[in-house]
Amino acid sequence: MNCPECDAALNIPDDASVGEIISCPDCGADYEISVKNGSNVELKQAETVGEDWGE
Amino acid sequence: MPKICIVFDRLRTEEKMLQKEASKLGLDTKMLDAKTTQISTDSKREDMEVGQIVLERCISYFRGLHLTACLEFMDIPVLNRFEVASLCGNKLFMTLALKKHGIPTPKTYFTFSKQGAAQNIDKVGYPLVIKPVIGSWGRGVMQLKDDDTADAIFEIRDITDSPHDRIYYLQELVDRPPRDIRVITVGDEPIAAMYRKSTGGFKTNLALGADPELCSITKEIEDLASKASRAVGGGILGVDIMEDNSRGLVVHEVNNTVEFKGLARVAKRNIPREIVEFALAHIRK
Repeated sequence: MNCPECDAALNIPDDASVGEIISCPDCGADYEISVKNGSNVELKQAETVGEDWGE
Repeated sequence: MPKICIVFDRLRTEEKMLQKEASKLGLDTKMLDAKTTQISTDSKREDMEVGQIVLERCISYFRGLHLTACLEFMDIPVLNRFEVASLCGNKLFMTLALKKHGIPTPKTYFTFSKQGAAQNIDKVGYPLVIKPVIGSWGRGVMQLKDDDTADAIFEIRDITDSPHDRIYYLQELVDRPPRDIRVITVGDEPIAAMYRKSTGGFKTNLALGADPELCSITKEIEDLASKASRAVGGGILGVDIMEDNSRGLVVHEVNNTVEFKGLARVAKRNIPREIVEFALAHIRK
């Protein structure tokens, strides 16, 4: 699967789960795995860091 | 088979570690994405299929807090409880709770407008530390050394003017070594601790690159962390302690949805396992 932003190849580990964040190695864009059924993976734009994020 | 639910909005290493330990313990585990969860005033506990207990692990404080309120409305037990999350997520509420329960904590001043804060500084002087009442990872925490810095920060707050920008939380600058101590407590019991060393500035947050180093839990640390945990209502917490050169240990923060992946790598006890076992014990109560 390629980065929707810059078309670089994305590395999605086999054991990645829905909700995990994948970062593009080239442009640094962050994507969240929204669907994963075997090799079928769908991504959505990850949320940006919010004011209330953290511990 | 007991069933637990881990609520998340960004699946981090910590949530995966918890899921793994729950599976190892033979628990049926549901991962629930808060971002796609729907609840109404007619929702019932059985509709949610979350099992006997929920571990709330959202990275967004407000998302986790409001979802906890909804889950507790359906009589679903949540760790941490709404009251605990509410207290720990707001530095002003948390500081008041610590002081109220006799926990040594840095002297802190509260004012509710720019003018109030400026008058407060005129009275107490510099240096001070200004902290946003909501927020984490050291963001927005700044030293105030003079009027120029204070004026600049107050002006920025005037421009952004979010509701919490009107609350001024000013704290004494504690004279201490360039590190603090993070203690993870589970059910009021400290299970692991680390030093977080500053990498140059006065902040010691790991998110800013501070170096973690295992810290042995002395009797003094144990007692203080336990008391701090009880002061905010208990649960699964991260207690932050500074070593004040004149007063000894002071608690400056208690964190909800504590991050532990760095400490878990070096801790003697299995942190995610202890958390899951605590949740399990909660079910059996």
